[in-house]
Amino acid sequence: MLKAMLGEAWLAMGANRLRTALTMLGMVIGVGAVVIMIAIGQGAQYAVQQTISTMGSNLYIVLSGSFTTAGVRSGSAGGPTLNVADAEAIAELDGVANVAPTHQGSRQLVYGSQNWSTSVVGTTPPYLEARAWNIVNGASFGDSDVRSSTRVALIGKTVAQNLFGDEDPVGKTMRIQQNPFTVIGVLGSKGQNLDGRDQDDTVIIPLSTAQRKVFGTPFLGSVRMIMVQADSAESMPKVEAGIESLLRQRHRLREGSPNDFFLRNLSAAAESEAETTRTMSILLGAIASISLLVGGIGIMNIMLVSVTERTREIGIRMAIGARQKDILTQFLLEAVMISFAGCLLGLVLGLAIALGINAFTGMVVVISGSAALVAFAVAAMVGIFFGWYPARKAAQLDPIEALRYQ
Amino acid sequence: MTQPVIRVVGLGKSYETAAGLFPALRGVDLEIRPGEYIAIMGPSGSGKSTFMNLLGCLDTPSTGDYFLAGENVGQMDKDALAILRNRTLGFVFQGFNLLPRMSLQDNVALPLVYAGTDKEARRSAAREMLDKVGLGQYAESLPSRISGGQQQRVAIARALVNKPQLILADEPTGNLDSHTSEEIMRLFGELNAEGITIVLVTHEPDIAAHCKRQVKFLDGEIVSDHLTGAAA
Repeated sequence: MLKAMLGEAWLAMGANRLRTALTMLGMVIGVGAVVIMIAIGQGAQYAVQQTISTMGSNLYIVLSGSFTTAGVRSGSAGGPTLNVADAEAIAELDGVANVAPTHQGSRQLVYGSQNWSTSVVGTTPPYLEARAWNIVNGASFGDSDVRSSTRVALIGKTVAQNLFGDEDPVGKTMRIQQNPFTVIGVLGSKGQNLDGRDQDDTVIIPLSTAQRKVFGTPFLGSVRMIMVQADSAESMPKVEAGIESLLRQRHRLREGSPNDFFLRNLSAAAESEAETTRTMSILLGAIASISLLVGGIGIMNIMLVSVTERTREIGIRMAIGARQKDILTQFLLEAVMISFAGCLLGLVLGLAIALGINAFTGMVVVISGSAALVAFAVAAMVGIFFGWYPARKAAQLDPIEALRYQ
Repeated sequence: MTQPVIRVVGLGKSYETAAGLFPALRGVDLEIRPGEYIAIMGPSGSGKSTFMNLLGCLDTPSTGDYFLAGENVGQMDKDALAILRNRTLGFVFQGFNLLPRMSLQDNVALPLVYAGTDKEARRSAAREMLDKVGLGQYAESLPSRISGGQQQRVAIARALVNKPQLILADEPTGNLDSHTSEEIMRLFGELNAEGITIVLVTHEPDIAAHCKRQVKFLDGEIVSDHLTGAAA
């Protein structure tokens, strides 16, 4: 019987094509909007996550504190309050995966007739691990290079392009200020960070080399910054507390006196950004689903008109033996079919537009099967919910009145 | 003695109106036996339409009892009435009342859809009935493609398709010219000759003259009940 009723619902939909199409349009737009919004929202989330993963995950930086000389206060990382021994002690803490003391500054690089100013980072090998940075060409330096202050450098992609052009930089010698450095590796590309800074515009050299040959340092072994990576997101609070108490103890700070260092959580900033996009996409989805609601009301409206128009038909059907349940099913089926067909079209349209946006603007879109499934479930629910009242109205008609209806 | 198809005892129906309770039917007693061909007559407002609605299980009586094929209809709920209509009754209306979007064959098969008959059986039964009323060749056409008289034949085929115990025809010739009316009445006559019980409502004496028995209503009561010459 259901099969026969499906056929009849199809006939009824075909009887007034323009009206059916316009009714469906509400669902098409609603579902389409939801699909597009979800695709864009998830795309934005994906893009942020990509950026976060290029930065490295579960990261802290410890900056040396400010100091005051003759009333002039230096900014953070101004004073020589952190040293390599602090970094080594932090590495012993539970839950710490990588520790890299770093010293960073902007310097001019020269190779042949080319020169380029870039950020020079003096650090130890764990830095690359903490930032999940790989070498695409050549090799990294090791702990022995740090110990013996060898003049070797890893260069970012941007530096390689600007300084060496088409040449293979590995094995070439460039100068940082007056000192010759041998390029031993080219870093993989990371793109922009969250601030929009080019992460590939950098040179990484051993920490001791940086301190002795490039930046100079007031006290040998002091560093401005220590990068710390926790082994998991769960151990981050423990690591944070551990670093603080360890450094206070090592620096012999009395109870109540302020820290002489700054501890910053890099991942927190990134995660708040991810949270923002997530909230945004939920908001957009919610707005889009209002159009689904409007589409549903459109279906209800048309079904009510249809019930009135077909009152006589309902009377005939009842006279020849249709039960209330049969009439209810018939009209409900029609509403669900319109809703479903609209949903299907909306899905196709939404996907097409999402892919179009991706193709024309390069915006990242993520198309997930679960989103499509949800859209379908919602459409079925909208059809049943908004089809119920008109169908019930039809089923409860009095057969005599219905037969007499002109 | 066979069991009557229809037995009504003290059947009454009143309607709420602005002027108070209006008794459309005041205690009617009637028996209809299998194979009868009976005309219900009377002017507008005589109660004959109310009586037909009750006979057709489209309405329930205010007072009295109605036994259809031995079952007391007064106690049934809407769905039970629908099933009863589907299994034991066939309706023929003044306005034909075919569904305009369906082929004639699907129209005729519709009662079987609600009876839960499978598709193949529906198709062959509908074909058989259309052949019986002489319209087998139009099975795939829409109702709008055939004449009024032909549409009424299709409606009769639809009324017959579930092998009912009784056919209720409400002014079946009311929308037809006299020539076509004669054809329809001839068809009813043939069906009755096959043993099918027919109850026909009409206000035209020459139509009623085809029936074997005439029951006249006036002001909600039966005023006469007699056999006609056709019964002989």
